This record gives sequence, structure tokens and C-alpha cells, in this order.
Amino acid sequence: MRNVRPYVTGAIALAVAAIIFVMPFVFVALQAVKSKSEASRLDFELPEHWLFWDNLVAVFKARDYQLALAYFNSTLITVVSVTILILLSAMVGYVMQRRKTVWNRVASIALFMGLMMPPAVVPTIGLLQDIGLFKTMTGMILIQVAYNLSFSILLYRSFISTIPRDLDEAALIDGAKPRQIFFRVVLPLLKPVTVTNVVVQSIAIFNDFTNPLYYLPGKENVTVQLTLYNFQSMYTSQYNLLFMNILLVTIPPLIVFIFFNRQIVAGMTAGGVKG
Amino acid sequence: MTHRIKLILAGTSALLALVAAGPSHAEVTLSFLIDNNPDTVAAAEALVAAYQAKAPDVTIEIEPRAGGGEGDNIIKTRLATGEMSDVFLYNSGSLLQALKPTQTLVDLSGLSSQAKVDESFKAVVRADGKLYGVPFGTAMAGGILYNRKIYQDLGLSVPKTWADFMANNAKVKAAGKVAVAQTYRDTWTSQLFVLADYYNLHAAVPNFAADYTANKAKYAETAAALKGFERLKDVHDAGLMNEDFGAASYDDGLRMVATGEAAHYPMLSFAVGALKQNYPDNLNDVGFFAQPSDDAATNGLTVWMPPALYIPVTSQHAEEARKFVDFAGSVEACKIMVETNAVQGPSLIDGCDLPASVPPAIKDMLPYFEAKDKTTPALEFVSPIKGPALEQITVEVGSGIRQPAEAAKLYDDDVRKQAKQLGLPNW
Amino acid sequence: MTETRRRSRKSPYPLWFFIPAAIIYGVLFLFPTISSLWFSLTRWDLSTAEFIGLENFQQFFSEPFLVKGLVNTLIYAVTTSGLKTVCGLMLAVLLTSNIFARGFLRTLVFFPVLVSTIGIGITFTVMMHPTKGIINVTLKTLGIPGPGWLTNPALALFSVALVDVWKGVGLATLIFIAGLAAISPDYYEAARIDGATRLQQFSRITLPLVRPATVIVVTLSLIGGLRSFDLIWAMTRGGPGFSSDVIASVIYKQYQAGFYGLSTAGNVILFALIAAIILPFTLWFNRREVGE
Repeated sequence: MRNVRPYVTGAIALAVAAIIFVMPFVFVALQAVKSKSEASRLDFELPEHWLFWDNLVAVFKARDYQLALAYFNSTLITVVSVTILILLSAMVGYVMQRRKTVWNRVASIALFMGLMMPPAVVPTIGLLQDIGLFKTMTGMILIQVAYNLSFSILLYRSFISTIPRDLDEAALIDGAKPRQIFFRVVLPLLKPVTVTNVVVQSIAIFNDFTNPLYYLPGKENVTVQLTLYNFQSMYTSQYNLLFMNILLVTIPPLIVFIFFNRQIVAGMTAGGVKG
Repeated sequence: MTHRIKLILAGTSALLALVAAGPSHAEVTLSFLIDNNPDTVAAAEALVAAYQAKAPDVTIEIEPRAGGGEGDNIIKTRLATGEMSDVFLYNSGSLLQALKPTQTLVDLSGLSSQAKVDESFKAVVRADGKLYGVPFGTAMAGGILYNRKIYQDLGLSVPKTWADFMANNAKVKAAGKVAVAQTYRDTWTSQLFVLADYYNLHAAVPNFAADYTANKAKYAETAAALKGFERLKDVHDAGLMNEDFGAASYDDGLRMVATGEAAHYPMLSFAVGALKQNYPDNLNDVGFFAQPSDDAATNGLTVWMPPALYIPVTSQHAEEARKFVDFAGSVEACKIMVETNAVQGPSLIDGCDLPASVPPAIKDMLPYFEAKDKTTPALEFVSPIKGPALEQITVEVGSGIRQPAEAAKLYDDDVRKQAKQLGLPNW
Repeated sequence: MTETRRRSRKSPYPLWFFIPAAIIYGVLFLFPTISSLWFSLTRWDLSTAEFIGLENFQQFFSEPFLVKGLVNTLIYAVTTSGLKTVCGLMLAVLLTSNIFARGFLRTLVFFPVLVSTIGIGITFTVMMHPTKGIINVTLKTLGIPGPGWLTNPALALFSVALVDVWKGVGLATLIFIAGLAAISPDYYEAARIDGATRLQQFSRITLPLVRPATVIVVTLSLIGGLRSFDLIWAMTRGGPGFSSDVIASVIYKQYQAGFYGLSTAGNVILFALIAAIILPFTLWFNRREVGE
């Protein structure tokens, strides 16, 4: 009896989880491969013809390949802002954790504000316009960096506390300059939390809808989430294309997740509980 | 690092621009922003095709946007952020005034096509004595589309009073059909009962528009104005609406009244163009009548001026844009549009006459225009203020969430915000 | 003492490391957010700002649909946070116990966290259609009349909240799993020997010791709930009418309508709300921990 219990509970849990957590995705995938008339019925029946490729091409071609441009933009924003973010937040987290300075308190307060306070949108738009960065990719990238710095820095600060200072001192004795201590010794050791951070930030920035909505308007500036949102009004009667679009937007995080599953879980728990 | 990125970005955008320019050696590319109604899209495409045939070195890219309140906001935001297309389509009247045209739009008074435009239209694209727009389409009316087959089958006649209308509705409901289609997924469609009632309001209180603009009259305090909200409530309370009114779309509404699923659909007559695009076989089954008042003697149409084409001052191709807009306002363009979409009302361009055969819904409308005093321009054309939240308030009334008196008060508050933002005196 | 002073004169930890981040953060986040305090007191249309004192705030607290947004925000935040905490803990307990396919289940539960919010919003909107949606269709076959999930004004906000919980519970579960793993099994051993029941073990050992994780989950989900915009916008746009408007969607709507001063006032109110809820909460929790 004792040996069966974990299996029974497991099986029940699996079934319930399947219904609650998996069904919506199955629903999306199913409608995405149907024809327009079949999809408009919105049921769970299997499609007569599997139109996966046709629908995929149709969605990509829509509005002059807007989805392709959106993918390019979203990827560019994500890659560049995450790179800058990792670099800057590691630098700050490192010095905050290692050095006793009054600036730490200032930085802590500033960071806490970043976690709590919602950004003031219209003043930011006004500011971006004055600098000339409104509706530019550069502006969007810098905004993503600014908005995600708090979380990132806290993550690094927490993790760096696990790296012994002896390493720094050893490198110092060896004649390393401060800059080199960081880039040659500490940064490589931060790889686990960096991987987690990259994954988490990339997904967050790729899935971000609100910030591009406000700060990156314009047809040439479309991002993936914005395209999905706009296609909603375009595809009012073409559910199959709408869901194919959702499928395409969901795929990158899925791929990232499959590859980095373990790291995400490990990193989140390590940084989260300690912090 | 940023410098390299700038280079990559510059290179890629240049590449993209090259690709987007296309194989036709286009010297100028104009961007043209329109709403996403099927009739608008069809008309715009026809116009663009005709113009590009005449001016082969110009390419025009059409971009559809959402309609209703969200569309208003897209327009306002793009203008405010300098993001606007070279040519854009938008309402005339008070919605135009909300854009501060003297600051944001190019003066189009000098266009040759303006000579043939009717004065009634010029009045609604004028600010500070200058003209800022060119008409796109015909005048249209707000009223009630009805399915003629249902009327025939049930032996109903066009109602001349609100009581008759409700009696017809009861019979339709008893016959198992939807009496009045409502489509609140597209929130702008919920406003019709209130807005189309303006003819009746104007007949009862002729000075309302002027007093309302001067902050002397309010919806909540004027019984005749409150009527519009009350009519919406009546329709809801009598259980006349389709079951999924909260989630149905404009397209659903058209389908219902065209195919006979529903008997009535309160809507603007531009819907006829959409019907022609999407339900051509049912076009002759749809008729139109004005929203009746409580009194058979007061029965007339509330008229909307068509939207217009505008050019923002920030356009990089203002000269080319002016030429396109001039063409769009010409008799030739008008005829192209009439051919594409059928007419939706009387034309505002002298020389662009209605074709011999028009769909029944339009035929129903024409007598009102031909008689005297049977039409009134809608409130948004005689007053510069229209509150942006009306469509959400009317959804509330139509869904039974809010009572008309309270809704009217809310709308008055909303109007006050808009008036203050516009800097109107007396508020 | 002297050693530290000698070191800090030539510290190997350069202060200039702060500078690039400080510039970006200060200019693009801190400066506009602080200037919003000024702009919230004006009538603004991006070109001119006319000082009107507290009028924007008066409007927020007197106009019914703005007040509704405020109330809805609180309801939404408390509901989603509460559900995520409770369900997250329960799921974590289940997924740290000895059941079959535990790793796979954890992946399954966590996956929605990573997916596009807009995509989820559109999918569930379609599934929740009052007559054609799969949820109501299924309920109909079971003989239960399905409610208007997103069309009934009393339900709309809660329906969106449910989807929010569906999407976000995986993260709470993950954090709780980490918290549970940190509890030494010796406690449970000792309790079992003493004859404690499962329930007693849970309430006397698990709950108190998982507090750090609880604090994190509640704090994160409260802040997230108060600021929530994407899902609500994708599913209802604040409708029907205004019944599912929250401060974030009100901010957006006022921004779209061109009432920039009012929109910024909304931002200030949201910040005040978050501060008013999170700060006392964090203090209360930390004090209790010290007391223990």
C-alpha cells in the first residue's frame, strides 16, 4: 500500500495538472493548425487537414512581413539590453557587496525604489523626446536596462556574498589591478547566477508589452507582443491565424526553457531565498 | 558598444528601407493611416490604386488602425509624439477640434478640390477660418438598420414612434429572433442610441448645443438629453438583446442584421459599405430608418459628416501628400469610392452624384435629406466637445450596470475634463 | 582597524563601477519618477503644463470610474496575491513530497510563467467567450450554465484574476519549494517520534519555517498585482464599461485621451498605494521574525 501511494497521488496530480496547465496550450496548438472555418468553431476536434505550414506562412506574410520585423526588433532589444544589464549590474552588485561605503546605503534605497515604484510614463516620454531617444531602439534598450537594474543588482549582490574575498586578495597580491580582479577573477565565477539572470531577464524583456507600447510606437518599431496585440483586431474572424501567431510568440521562451530548465530553477531558489 | 550597435542599426534600417521601397523605383513613399473597417480599407485601396496609376513615382503604404476610442487615442498619441503618417483618416467635427488642428495639421484651404466641397462639410473641418481636411466618403446618418425579410414575414411596418419600435421588438422576440443586436466588444457601437437621438433632442431643445458648449446645459439636467440613455436602458431591460452582447463584435452585428438573425442593429449608415464588402448577397435585405422619438411628428435623421483626410505638420512629404489629398477630394475620386462601396448617404462633392441604383438602406435614407428640416448634424459637429469615455458609459447602461441618470452625470463629468483640456471658456 | 583604513584608501573595489548604471538608472528612471510628483499637479498636454494644484487627485477620488479603478486595484492585488500564496504553498508541499513524475510536474506548473502575457490573455478571452468559449461549452454539456466570465461586470475582474493566478502560481511554487527544501528533515523526524499528526507538523513546523519564502511570495505578488496591466488590458480593456479597470489601465486610458496630468497623478497614487501597503507589511513581518 505504501509503495503505491506516491504513484496514485502522482497520477492524480498529473491528470489534474494536465487539465489545468496543459489544456490551454493544447487548445492554442490545435486551433493554430486548422483552417479558418474549423478554427472558428473553437472546439477540441482534430483538424481535417493539418495546415501548420500554410498558417505559419500566412501569419509571417501578414502586413508586409510585420511579424518578421517584430521578431528582429524584439530579439535585438532583448540581446543588447540583457548584455548591458548583466555587465552593469554585476559591476554594481560586486562593489556594493565588497566595499564598505556610504554610497551603498544610497544605492540600496535607490534600488528598493526601483523594485516598488511604478515608472512614471508620461514624464519619461517627455524626457526621451527631449533627449531625442523617443521611439528609437536605443531608447527602448536603455529603458529596459534602467527598469531591470534593481532586480539584477540585488541578485548579483546576494550571490557575490558566496564568493570568498580571499580570491580577491590573492589576485591583488599577484599584482592585479582592481578592474582585472573583477573581470578576470570574479565575473567568471558568477556564471551560474549570470545564466539564470540572462534567462529570466531575456524572457521578461521579450515578453514585455507595456514598455514598447508606451516608448516605442511606430510601424518600423513593432515588437512581437505589440504585433500579437494588433493582430487581434485584424484576425477577428481568423482564429486559426490568431492562434498560430500566439504559438509563434510562445515558442522562443519554450525553447529557452527547455534548454535552461535546471539553471532557472537553481538560480531562482538560490538568489530568492537568501535575498 | 553603443557606437557599434548604432552602426548595425543604421545599416539594417537602410537595408530594410531598401527592401521596403520595392522594385518600382519609388521616389516618394507616403504613409496613409486609415481605420480597419472593411469599407474604409476597400475605398482606400481603390483610391491608392487609382492615384498610383496617375503618379507612378509615388507609392502609398496603407496602414489600418483600430477604430473607436482606441483609434482616437492612437491618433492623439501619434500626433503628440510626432509619429503620424503623412496622410491620415479621422473624424471631422469635435473629434477634429480635440486634435488642436491649428497647431498640428497642414492648412488645406488652398487645394483645388475644395472649390467643389459642400459648405456643410467645410464647416466641420474648419478651425480659425482655415480648412484642414478633405471629405472621404459621403455624408451618413445614424439610425437603425433593420432586416426587411423579418419585417415582411411578421407583417411589421417601419416604426414612427419609440412605442411602435418597442412593439415591433416584442413581436420579433416572440418569434424567436434577436430584436436588437448589440456588440459591446467594439465599444464604440454602444453609443448609437444616445448619439442618434440628437435629432429628437434638438427638436425638443433647439439651443442645447450652444448651451452645452458654454457649460450652461448638461445631459443629466436636460430631460430630452437623458432620453438617449433611457432608450438604451429600455432596450436592455426588455431583454431584447442578443445573448452574447457583451462579447459580440461589429462584424457580428452586421452579420446578424444581414442574415436575419436579428431584426435591428442601431448603426451609422457607413455600415452599408461594410455590408457590401462582407455580405453582398444580403445587401438588399437591409433597410434603414431614423431613430424615432416619442412623438410621430418629430422624426428625422441625425447626420454625420464623413471623416476627412488630414496631413500632419510633421510630415516629411507634405507636398506629395497634398497632391494625393487633393486627388482624394476630387470628383473622380468620389466616383471611385461610390463604385467601390455603394453610397452611404448624399455626396458632399458637387458633381459626384448618386448612382441610379442604390441599396435599399440608402434609398430609405434619401427622403429625409430631400425634405426640409428632417436632418440635423450630430452634436459632435455643432459642438467642439465630446467626452472620450462615452462609449464605456453607454456599455454600462446597455449592460444594465448603471442607471441613465447616473450615466448622464458621469458623461457630464467626462465632458468637463475634455472642455478644460481644450481650454474652452466658461468651464 | 588600521588595516581596513589603509585598504580603503586604495580599495580594490572601484567606486566608478557605480557610474554607468547610476547614469542610466538616474536619468531614465529616478528623474522622471520624481518629476511626476510635480506634473501630477498640472494640466498637461506635452507642450504646456498649467498648475492646478490637487485637482487631478480630487478627480481621482470623486469620479466614480476612477474610484472604481482604485478599489479594483486593491481587490485584484489581494485576490491574486492570496491565491498565489495559498495555492503556491500547497503545490510546493505536493511537489516536494514523494510522488511520481515530480520533476515533470514542476516543469508543467512553471511553464505558464514564461509565456507571453498577451498570448495568454487572448487565449483565455477566446476560451471564456460566453456562448462559444470552450469553458462554457464544456459546462453546458455537464448541465451547468456557464457565467459570462468576461461579460458579466461583477465577474470580469475575478476572471482576469484567475488567469493571473494560473499564470503566476508556478513562480510562487518554485520559491516555496526552495523554502521548504531549506527546512531540515530532523524537525519532522523529531515531530514524528513525538507522535505529531501531519496537520500538526504542517502548522507547527512547516508554516513558521517557510516564512522567508512566504514573505517573498506575498511581497512580489502584491507589488505585481497592484501594478498589473498587461493581462487586464489584453482580456477586457478595463471593461465591460469600467468594471475591470485598475489604476494601471486608468493611467493608460487617461494617457491615450491626452489627459497627461491626470495620467501622471494616477502614477503617483499607484506609488503611494504600493508604499502604503508594502512598507508596513515588510516591517511587520521582519519584526515578527526577530521576535521569534
